[in-house]
Amino acid sequence: MRQVLYALCPGIVVYTWFFGTGMLMQILLASAFALLFETLMLKVRKQPLALFLNDGSAIVTAVLFALCLPPLAPWWIACIGMFFAIVITKHLYGGLGYNVFNPAMVGYAVVLISFPQAMTQWLPPMAIAPVDIGFLDGLRSILTGHLPAGLTWDAVTQATPLDAIRSSVANGQTVAEARHLATFGDVGGRGWEWVANAYAAGGIWLIWQRVISWQVPTALIGSVFLLGLAGFVLDPGSNPSPLQHIFYGAVVLAAFFIATDPVSGCTSPHGRLIFGAGVGILTLIIRRWGAYPDGVAFAVLLMNMAAPLIDRYTRPRIYGH
Amino acid sequence: MKQDTAAELARNAGKRVFHFHGGLRLHHHKQASCKVAVQTLAIPPRLYIPLAQNAGPAAQPLVTPGSRVLKGQQLARFDEPSLGFVHAPTSGTVVAIARQPVTHQSGLEGLCVVLKPDGLDRWTQLDPIEHWRSVDAEVILQRLCESGLVGLGGAVFPTSKKVDEARKSGIHTLILNGAECEPYISCDEMLMREQPDKIVLGALILQRAVAAEQVIIAIEDQMGEVFSALQAALSRADCTDVRLVRVTTIYPDGGEKQLIQVLTGLEVPSGCRPPELGLLCHNVATAAAVAEAVTEGKPLLQRIVTVSGNGVKRPSNLLALIGTPISNLVDACGGYTEDAARLVLGGPMMGYALASDQNPVIKAANCILVLSQRDVQPGQAEMPCIRCGECARVCPALLLPQTLNWQIRNDLLDQATDSGLGECIECGCCDYVCPSHIPLVDWFRFGKSEHNLLSKARAQSERARDRFEAREARLEQLRQDRTRRMNEKKQALQDRPPSPDGAPGRGQP
Repeated sequence: MRQVLYALCPGIVVYTWFFGTGMLMQILLASAFALLFETLMLKVRKQPLALFLNDGSAIVTAVLFALCLPPLAPWWIACIGMFFAIVITKHLYGGLGYNVFNPAMVGYAVVLISFPQAMTQWLPPMAIAPVDIGFLDGLRSILTGHLPAGLTWDAVTQATPLDAIRSSVANGQTVAEARHLATFGDVGGRGWEWVANAYAAGGIWLIWQRVISWQVPTALIGSVFLLGLAGFVLDPGSNPSPLQHIFYGAVVLAAFFIATDPVSGCTSPHGRLIFGAGVGILTLIIRRWGAYPDGVAFAVLLMNMAAPLIDRYTRPRIYGH
Repeated sequence: MKQDTAAELARNAGKRVFHFHGGLRLHHHKQASCKVAVQTLAIPPRLYIPLAQNAGPAAQPLVTPGSRVLKGQQLARFDEPSLGFVHAPTSGTVVAIARQPVTHQSGLEGLCVVLKPDGLDRWTQLDPIEHWRSVDAEVILQRLCESGLVGLGGAVFPTSKKVDEARKSGIHTLILNGAECEPYISCDEMLMREQPDKIVLGALILQRAVAAEQVIIAIEDQMGEVFSALQAALSRADCTDVRLVRVTTIYPDGGEKQLIQVLTGLEVPSGCRPPELGLLCHNVATAAAVAEAVTEGKPLLQRIVTVSGNGVKRPSNLLALIGTPISNLVDACGGYTEDAARLVLGGPMMGYALASDQNPVIKAANCILVLSQRDVQPGQAEMPCIRCGECARVCPALLLPQTLNWQIRNDLLDQATDSGLGECIECGCCDYVCPSHIPLVDWFRFGKSEHNLLSKARAQSERARDRFEAREARLEQLRQDRTRRMNEKKQALQDRPPSPDGAPGRGQP
């Protein structure tokens, strides 16, 4: 678990570099709530505190959840998200190793559905931001929900690349036309594409360290690429290119850090390939036809439900059978 | 039909080296005990010779306390003829036949012959078979059985029984297993270095006994000296149908099924033994013991034991008599170090802890491992399984250990058996890699024995039900017979012509 945290560091550093310090505060808040709920639940369940608090799993959940939040989301978002992640999804299902669903993604899905406004207030990269919100102003905003005097949310926030594409296509524009907006970078969103690269670097290190297996990331990114390619070839006007699909949103983060959660995923090598491909395909389906611009969280949760069944039908052939 | 083609394919054994699934590259730790030549251990003041070699009924003693016995004399006979005899490892006086702690996983006591050696080491009359090339194979088999020969790789299966069963299914390739894969253990390696001729001789005798076309001696690629020693022995013996094959050192390449897979690329079908593929596997030490039993007439009285680990001062290999208390071996290696913590019989992967060093050396005892405090690492607490799948990645039987673990803990023993619990070879690879420190193999052993008990209980209740149903059927039959007879009688009375007094059905005496 520690190694997962180390592997997330490059991504967090790049994120902060492009989008400011709000993300760090979200990580701290979520971690604090996660440890609080973890301690409470361990006490209630009469489990050894030191043993389970030291395993780092609650912090990993918190960091992954925080990385999905808009940097200036109010503090109670982290609180509610962590309550559902740690208390409901993890401990009420039996604690570490027994949860059916990915805790971070349940927490994220709950706050995304319940508080859509707070969850869509994304900041643009600082380089193209109309106003610079400093550390203290950001902290005040997170804790009180109020921006510095004279600013409105409409002024400081900007649509994410996936939002921009969705609304442009809905307005009859092609994807290529939408990509002239400042929020886009070379292949993905401006800044976002570098965050994705940093996540990938950390993820590849994890594969090398044998903390995660190669199957899920390969299948996930591969299926997004292939399905994205099919859509792009058939209808380039309303579909982003496969590479853009990979670099938008949370695909890379999910491929290396979220869908690779061993507890809620598949265990057999073939099962992991199917699991990864399933997350990739569902993500693109939700992006294209769903009500939300990105679908990684829902795709992961849907595949979590299917994981035991996949495991059942992808058992390796036993020696001599 | 399929088996036949597999047996044909198996003929190519050793021409190519294959891989088995999973396994581990472990640190060998063999150098420590390989530095000095094998030393013969002095005869200890007392020998404790167990009358049962494995889980099974004990042999019937042929001697009584006070009897004087010669080296190689029969001490006890097994009821099962294929198990042969228990022999006196040296000459001396039988002091007692009593229950003593025996070297077994259970840690229970077992019946032992306690022998007080007289120090003269006088042999009984030996009967070597000099012309083993010309005698009937049955004679050789009989000799193996009488000599108390068992597989010295650790399974202690009676050699004559194994050979006899193999002969019946037809063997084309005899494999001698010199791939001693567990860390620390080096008794076979030292034997191959020091007595290669005896191993080759044993191979030829076994080949003759099963009429195999070819012999393969498999060793690991890290055993440098062994290769040249065996090669020299082969050229001295001038045998062309014996081949030396080096296999990649990956634990557990010395497991019978894994070695066969490495040499042939084939898996032994579930529920079958290697002879189905025309293959017979024997340990190199068994082959050397075969040579001694046949050409010198000597029964199996001693074996090479590796004494190693960080808890012993001078690790080495010792030639010890069966029945020697383990403490004598440790003393001969300079004794325990200050931080010696645990005594293990076997290697670090598959061995089991012994409660006391007073336990005797048995035929299966290839290694006495003394672990030190820092090897034991008591601090690692068991955590819940996070389904990471590392155990499945290293499992040579292609099982899903985390699923088995879950099934056994939840008492789903039938499901666990369906998931292949019986195919687990208990190599310990899953234990070794588990990041949550779950003692998986312990659970699998527990699950196997629980399922065994369950099957027995089921068979018993099945029999009870059969008995009950048979009884019910019998009683029902009796009832029916009685009713039928009564009806017949009634009928007969009704059918009888009216009696003279005009009262039908009456008038019987």
